[in-house]
Amino acid sequence: MKFNTKWTLGALTVAALLAGCAAAPNVAEVKALTDKIVKASFQSKGIAKVDRVLNIDETNLACAEADVAGKPLDEKTAKAIEEMNLKAVKWPSDGKFIGDWKKGEAVAQSGRGLTWSDNEKTVNGGNCYNCHQISKQEISYGTIGPSLYNYGKLRGITDPNSAASKPIVEYTWGKIWNSKAYNACSNMPRAGHAGILNESQVRDIMALLLDPKSPVNQ
Amino acid sequence: MKKLSSLTIAASLMLSVAPVWAQKSASQSIDEYREMLQDGNPADLFVAKGEDVWKQKRGPKGASLEKCDLGKGPGVVKGAFTELPRFFADTGRVQDLESRLVTCMETLQGFNAAEIAKTGFDKGEQKNVTALAAWISSESQGMRFNLPQSHAQEKMFYEVGKRLFFQRGGPHDFSCASCHGEEGKRIRLQDLPNLTKNPGDGIGFAAWPAYRVSNGSMWGMQQRLNDCYRQQRFPEPVFGSDATIALGVYLGVNAKGAKSIAPAIKR
Repeated sequence: MKFNTKWTLGALTVAALLAGCAAAPNVAEVKALTDKIVKASFQSKGIAKVDRVLNIDETNLACAEADVAGKPLDEKTAKAIEEMNLKAVKWPSDGKFIGDWKKGEAVAQSGRGLTWSDNEKTVNGGNCYNCHQISKQEISYGTIGPSLYNYGKLRGITDPNSAASKPIVEYTWGKIWNSKAYNACSNMPRAGHAGILNESQVRDIMALLLDPKSPVNQ
Repeated sequence: MKKLSSLTIAASLMLSVAPVWAQKSASQSIDEYREMLQDGNPADLFVAKGEDVWKQKRGPKGASLEKCDLGKGPGVVKGAFTELPRFFADTGRVQDLESRLVTCMETLQGFNAAEIAKTGFDKGEQKNVTALAAWISSESQGMRFNLPQSHAQEKMFYEVGKRLFFQRGGPHDFSCASCHGEEGKRIRLQDLPNLTKNPGDGIGFAAWPAYRVSNGSMWGMQQRLNDCYRQQRFPEPVFGSDATIALGVYLGVNAKGAKSIAPAIKR
């Protein structure tokens, strides 16, 4: 009750200051109360620990703030976030970017992993089909992300290991590893950066998108 | 059921011969499937049970819930659902339907509210809370959402709920808005309502509690939010916690004017 009175008074002060404007609660107070509520409202369950809502990184904090405000990040902040995320991209340790598209298809299909009903042994999926069209054969695909059908073909990739393909191949690796390296507030998870997928799984998704033999490029 | 299986066969035949068409047909047949199930929504069983539980003398105090104040005065059920969550002077809190029911179960019947909050969904007294929520929502079926926003705490909770809706976190950087912030998007074939505004009659907030066919169980809004957060890869929201209630205020106020179809039936 004490806490209730405190912020009621706060809201009244704001109302007085705005002198007749429809009083929306003070932003700083809303933020402080939200933090307090988040701390009190979530509990660790299985592998989903509370640090997932208590230790949110700079990228997510800035993007959420922009979402609440309903306008995109200013260009300078967006660039800084992209640079920071690009620096964090881990490139393939053996220089090999392309794996097995068949394994990649399985990774793209799976939406498993990292919920509180999964465990440490769950093999994480890429969740790719949840948001993207990929191969033409799979008709159950989501539309939050753009279609990736013919991804390599449309970009003229005939040999993903050639020097000419390098810029596209590197961009694609970077995008899967850390989507925020190219679009600060992308809706796409940072599959490699966040440890959702390992290097070999990313390599296989690369093949799904870029191998001319993959159904994606037929 | 005969009708259903022939439809399923027809749908799968169409899938195999006409892949270009298949998408529309699959999504259409899901709609038809829902429509058919609507004729016999298993939620009705929970509605009947909920009404019984409301009237029964239960708990350490051997009392019924008939004097429970859901926001429109003691015992008033009709129209209560479409105005929740709201501020309650006796608890000094904004409460949603389920947390308010637990308050009444404690004050009128002598149950231990904290104990019920800790009980898993589909277990013990939580089963009764869900049935009660199903019945109470059914008494407002066809009415339009109109959450009060006159109390300072109700306004505050709307703003907090908005921040929670856009909060990005967990290993996948997901927020509620990742899936529910835009018009006309899907996850796989599942259409996603845009919950930043009124998504329409009987969609989103205006459809829960609902019977979930895929789980074979009745879910209240608390369980719906709990499962959203699970899929979002977040830690678990505590039952009746302020985060879940603030989100309810945000969704409910956004749904102003939407007709309630709760308890609905879902895939």
